[in-house]
Amino acid sequence: MAGNVNSQQIDRRWIFLLIFICVALPLIFVIGLPIETTENVRMVNDLVENTPPGSKVILSFDYDPGSKPELHPMATTMMKHCLEKNIKIIVTALWPMGVQMAEEIHEILKVEYPEMEYGVDYVNLGFKAGGMVTIQAMGKNFRTIFPTDIDGTSIDELPIMKGVKNFDNIAFVCSFSAGDPGIKQWVQITHDTFGKPVTGGVTGVSAPAILPYVNEQQQLTGLMAGLKAAAEYEYLVKKPGLATSGMDAQSIAHLLIIIFIVIGNINYWKNKKKLAKGGE
Amino acid sequence: MLHFFEVLGVWLAALFTFGIYSFLYKDNPFYKVSEQIFVGLSAGYWFIYTIYFILIPNLFLPLSENFGANWIKLIPAILGIMMLLRLIPSIDWISRYPVSFVIGTTAGVFFLRYLKSDVINQITATMINPFNGGDWVVVLGQILLVVGTITGVIYFYFSKKHEGAFGVTAKIGIYFLMVSFGAAFGYTAMARISLLIGRLQFLLGDWLGVITP
Repeated sequence: MAGNVNSQQIDRRWIFLLIFICVALPLIFVIGLPIETTENVRMVNDLVENTPPGSKVILSFDYDPGSKPELHPMATTMMKHCLEKNIKIIVTALWPMGVQMAEEIHEILKVEYPEMEYGVDYVNLGFKAGGMVTIQAMGKNFRTIFPTDIDGTSIDELPIMKGVKNFDNIAFVCSFSAGDPGIKQWVQITHDTFGKPVTGGVTGVSAPAILPYVNEQQQLTGLMAGLKAAAEYEYLVKKPGLATSGMDAQSIAHLLIIIFIVIGNINYWKNKKKLAKGGE
Repeated sequence: MLHFFEVLGVWLAALFTFGIYSFLYKDNPFYKVSEQIFVGLSAGYWFIYTIYFILIPNLFLPLSENFGANWIKLIPAILGIMMLLRLIPSIDWISRYPVSFVIGTTAGVFFLRYLKSDVINQITATMINPFNGGDWVVVLGQILLVVGTITGVIYFYFSKKHEGAFGVTAKIGIYFLMVSFGAAFGYTAMARISLLIGRLQFLLGDWLGVITP
């Protein structure tokens, strides 16, 4: 039976080719399909909107280039949003290459926001190994974990770090997380131990495991899951970017996958019926 | 000169992208070369990163600058060396001590955190009045949350045979689990397409200049 069913299947390379075309064409010829916002992303947006100007926040870059297409757009928009609201950005990374990810965005934003001053509006404290233990130590004293920034400057010499001792001096933490260590550890320590709001963005693959933290206990204050959520956030902040431009392609590709699933199921039931008839 | 290396980098990235994607057609030498280079580069990168960004700033520098205040760092250093003795078969038993230390401390630290965040807080978040909400959509969502949690947990209770009312409840739990698996699959499909979009944005934007990056 399996052999009969398989003989009806088309060469999967045609499916790859179709998906490739369906993703490439909408990137070149933009359709502009509407973007609907969801509650989880609105919560992230509201958290930033309701943070008083001059507050300090931690943006943790817990990803590497492998997850860049999904997490980089939301991280870029979050940094833009913070700068627009005059919120001071303290960057950390639980993943080594997160430092480069943050610096890449910083280099781009330096052109868009020439008034942004390093050490005053933005600082990159770099990567620290240890995950949960590192966050726990930060909750007691930042200086034991990050005595200097990535350039080796003592954080006592940076105006942005003046008065920042631990999480008490931080408005919220936002983790862009591709796995472990990442947003889960920030929730466990920063929210559940120190009571500070935590928000962030995750890859689509890890979203089902992290979404339960958006609950009545507000372990997470909203969550951006995948490129779609990044596009929603860009829409809410009114700063269309890479995520928005990728949404047409995402929608068309999803439509194609749904069509393939329907065709596959119809074929399966037809074959099953045919085989049942043949067996009688 | 900097511009030359930037262009070279973009071209190399584009060629390696095609090399990896060529596997979708069939296994071939271009894929093999791209894969081997990626594996080699990753290994080299992590080796250097471990030395320059973990060992030097966290161990060698503190010990050389102020040994008196940082001598305690020798303990994890010795444990690390003991871990490496696993590579020598005649004395590989020594590596069991640091392994047991790591397991013990990790279990101790994680136990409290996970108990609070993943058990107590999650259960508390489910103990809600489902009818205490705004519109009917919120109420329906809360009812599904409570029913899904209870029936899902009942499905994983194996000390009683799944029959009668208990069996029906467990079966409802399976349906909730199926929906969650479907959602997880949907998110995975979305994530994979997003990665393809990212690569195509690079190829069409940074490499070919057909679209604005």
